[in-house]
Order: sequence, then structure tokens, then C-alpha cells
Amino acid sequence: MPQEQSRLRVTRDGGVTQVEFVDRNILDEANIQHIGEEIAEIIEASDEPRLLISFANVDHLSSAALGALITINNKIRTRNGALRLANIDPQIREVFQITRLERLFEIHDTTDDAMRSF
Amino acid sequence: MRVVELPCDRRQIQALEDEILEAVDRLGYPKASRFAIKLALEEAVTNAFKHGHCDCPDTPIRVGWSVEPAVVRIEIEDFGPGFNPDHVPDPTLDENLANPSGRGLMLMRAYMTSVTHSPRGNRVSMVYERPPENA
Repeated sequence: MPQEQSRLRVTRDGGVTQVEFVDRNILDEANIQHIGEEIAEIIEASDEPRLLISFANVDHLSSAALGALITINNKIRTRNGALRLANIDPQIREVFQITRLERLFEIHDTTDDAMRSF
Repeated sequence: MRVVELPCDRRQIQALEDEILEAVDRLGYPKASRFAIKLALEEAVTNAFKHGHCDCPDTPIRVGWSVEPAVVRIEIEDFGPGFNPDHVPDPTLDENLANPSGRGLMLMRAYMTSVTHSPRGNRVSMVYERPPENA
């Protein structure tokens, strides 16, 4: 069975793993599950992981995607790591506000701002 | 209102969403409206399959829709046992924030002008009223 293609672009910068999404729409539950599994592997590969998730180029996400982010956040916290979100489109930022998830995540306007916050 | 049977197939779901959103675009709805309709539609379809048809994953749902210059209407019906939407916990409460699930209905209500359920809870009717220009 062919390995499923990654839905992420992953780079590393000074101890921080930066993740960007390949897809503009993060809606499909199967896709979201796969993304969650990929990110879980990244988290498990480090002690005290530092992870920056960039939403550049993401136009839409579903509540399932929010759920995956929460799971990721919970996992990072159990490993004494740190998570930052960045480059969130204003319409998607509003979704975080409406759901009050801005209280759960540390969100920055830009990648540079997020990197400085670690 | 156009009515279609929609199977639990991502490509067909996407095709239907694209058809509805293309109709929205043709009538010049603003970008924010498109975002709202797309989000609510996606959440409602997911809920119908995930919760309504959890025991019958091969059963299609029924989607009815109409796109008019001032209003978009979407109805989604599943053939499951139904539920009571008033019993869905508020995901914005502090004690529920870290719960990975339970935000779909809340987002539908936040982005659509109205969201109503049939008495059994297996049919949801969503209405989106076009906002006034320069709103």
C-alpha cells in the first residue's frame, strides 16, 4: 500500500519545528486525522517540543481541525513543550474568537513574531 | 429548492459544496458570506454523517438548497435516530474549551442567520440572509 502523501511542509529553525499546510482547505476528517498523526510524530520526536503551526495559505478549516489543534496542544503540554499559531487569516481568526479558542492557544500575526515568543 | 441524495464520499461532498458556492458567487455575495455558508454547510454535512449515520455509514443524506439574491437556504436530513440540539454542551464554557469536539453546531449557529431542527432532530434547516451592503 503506497504511503499517504504528507499534507504538511515541515522546516526546522533553531530548535523550533515549523509546520505549514499543503491544503488551502482543512475540512476533510480523514485528512485532518492524517495531519494530526503527522504532527504527533513530530511532537514525539523531541523532548520539550517547540512547534510553530503556520496557517499561511489556509482559507478554510472545520471544527474537526480545531479539535485536532486542541489534541496537539494537549500533547505538547504533556511533554512540557510550546505551541504557537501564526499567519491566521482574519476570517479564520474570527472562528478562534467565536469559539473562545484564543484563550487556549498563543496566536501571533506573523512567523517572526511567533519565533520571537519562544 | 433543489434536493439531492449525498453519499459519504469526499469528492461528491466537495462537488456539491462547490455547486452551492458557485451559485453564491454568481449572485455576488461578499467573501465573508461565502466563508460563512461554506463553514456552516461543511459542519452540517459532517454532523449528519458522523452523528446521524454513525451506525449506517453507507446511507446517503438528503441535502436541499436554494440560492437567491437575498437569501440562501440549506436543509440537511439524515436518517438516524435524531438528537436534541438543546442537549449539546456549550463548547465555549471554560470547562469545555479543551474538549476536541462539540463545536460544529455552535459554528453553524454563529455564522448562519438561523438554524432550526425538526422535532426529531434529524433535519436541520439553515438560512443565511445576505447582509446589507457596507454592513
